[in-house]
Amino acid sequence: MRIKNYLLNHLYAFFYSLGQISRAPLSSVMTMVVIGITLAFPAGLYAVLKNAQQLSAGWDDVAQISVFLKKEVGDQAMAELAKRLHDRPDIAKITTVPAAQALDEFRKLSGFDDALRALEENPLPSVLIIQPAAGYADPTAVEHLQASLRKLPEADFVQLDIQWVQRLHAVLEIAKRGVEILAVLLGLAVLLIVGNTIRLGVQSNRDEIAITKLIGATDGFVRRPFLYAGIWYGLLGGIIAWGLVSLALLLLDEPVRKVSALYDSAFALGMLDVWTTLLLLTSGTLLGLLGSWLAVGKHLRAVEPD
Amino acid sequence: MIQFTNVTKRYPGGHEALRNVSFELKSGEMAFLTGHSGAGKSTLLKLITRIERPTTGQVMVNGKNLGKLSRRHVPAVRRQIGMIFQDHKLINERTVFDNVALPLVIAGLHNHPEIARRVRAALDKVGLLGKEKQYPVTLSSGEQQRVGIARAVVNKPALLLADEPTGNLDPDLAAEVMGLFGQFNQVGVTVLIVSHNVDLISRFRSRILHLEKGGLV
Repeated sequence: MRIKNYLLNHLYAFFYSLGQISRAPLSSVMTMVVIGITLAFPAGLYAVLKNAQQLSAGWDDVAQISVFLKKEVGDQAMAELAKRLHDRPDIAKITTVPAAQALDEFRKLSGFDDALRALEENPLPSVLIIQPAAGYADPTAVEHLQASLRKLPEADFVQLDIQWVQRLHAVLEIAKRGVEILAVLLGLAVLLIVGNTIRLGVQSNRDEIAITKLIGATDGFVRRPFLYAGIWYGLLGGIIAWGLVSLALLLLDEPVRKVSALYDSAFALGMLDVWTTLLLLTSGTLLGLLGSWLAVGKHLRAVEPD
Repeated sequence: MIQFTNVTKRYPGGHEALRNVSFELKSGEMAFLTGHSGAGKSTLLKLITRIERPTTGQVMVNGKNLGKLSRRHVPAVRRQIGMIFQDHKLINERTVFDNVALPLVIAGLHNHPEIARRVRAALDKVGLLGKEKQYPVTLSSGEQQRVGIARAVVNKPALLLADEPTGNLDPDLAAEVMGLFGQFNQVGVTVLIVSHNVDLISRFRSRILHLEKGGLV
């Protein structure tokens, strides 16, 4: 019976708060839109960041090491070196690019055909392109491999092609931290927006609150509709934020496709996934509840019958 | 039902609204409270409803010492009191029905047919059946006063307090409203009415508490 009454009390507050909001539709909707825009900011940045991470995540696998050989190493020596290296457990595949082949490729691709013809000798070195074995693809193992390759007497210069990807990841990590800080600050802003709206609500309902208390309403009875109003503001603000971010991603999708087509990539922007959506709506709702709870606790006590 | 023992109320600033007031109103009794404005009538009502606390002395209502009552327990005491105000104190944004139903909802009644039945019974008692869907502002002052009375009695309280309930009514209506209070008293409700209307009061053979400059005489 007590539990039933408790639930019914909440049901009453639930509908009553909806009534309160619909009584001032314009200002309610404006509050929700402001919350929506505030939440859309970090959510949108997060979505963009996630896309960037997804795009670059695939690049980790293509970690390969280019070993540029010294000029005096001939094709025969290169083949022998490749064979020797291939026995190492941390190397999966070796592609040999002899100097002559490299020059051929460069001629075809660069368009400097005539200029290169004028050269008396091939300026390009032979290259070994080394693919680390699956179990040795993590950064430390790859660096270890790189160091030991550097010690080869035939090697002139060893370059890890993954390095720029790692740098990009480090930058993305910083960006992620930035978005997190922004999210916390804007979450605080939502608290203040909801708190202020609820404070105004308490003030404009002063008489009603005083009368209700005079008739014997408990603090909980008076507080409940405001808490629900806070939940509504937060939840609907979250839904608006979701809509704004989705709309922005849709608008960006077409140009992004064009750009990735130019790079021969099938990359397309991902929409907000289920978890991000849930996170957005939940944090909106909780911020709304917390904001109204803080405001109501402070301002309801000040309203007493006289 | 109500017991004041040596009650003094001094407001911040030193104004002494009540001075050493003692009286008892037994359960089922009906009494009038008279006195000039500023004599302390409002303060006395505010002490019974725990809007104010006594500076010294003891206020007992329905067995509870209000001076010692914690904030948390105030609502339970107020629910047992039906209050009628000179300025009605109706909620203008809500219909007559919702206004009268409010004490029931606050008390935790959620059975809608039962609420509707009791609200109609209360409105019928004050002759306002059929005005449930109207808003208070569309009613005359006398009708608003009667909505306030319906709200005060809908929960069948043991104690009824009325602050100048006939102040804004024409003589016929005033007599009718006073008659209502007499009826409530006859079914066992304790009634305390603040009134200036000497003519009406004299028709009842009830006790009269007269306040003068903060003291009972």
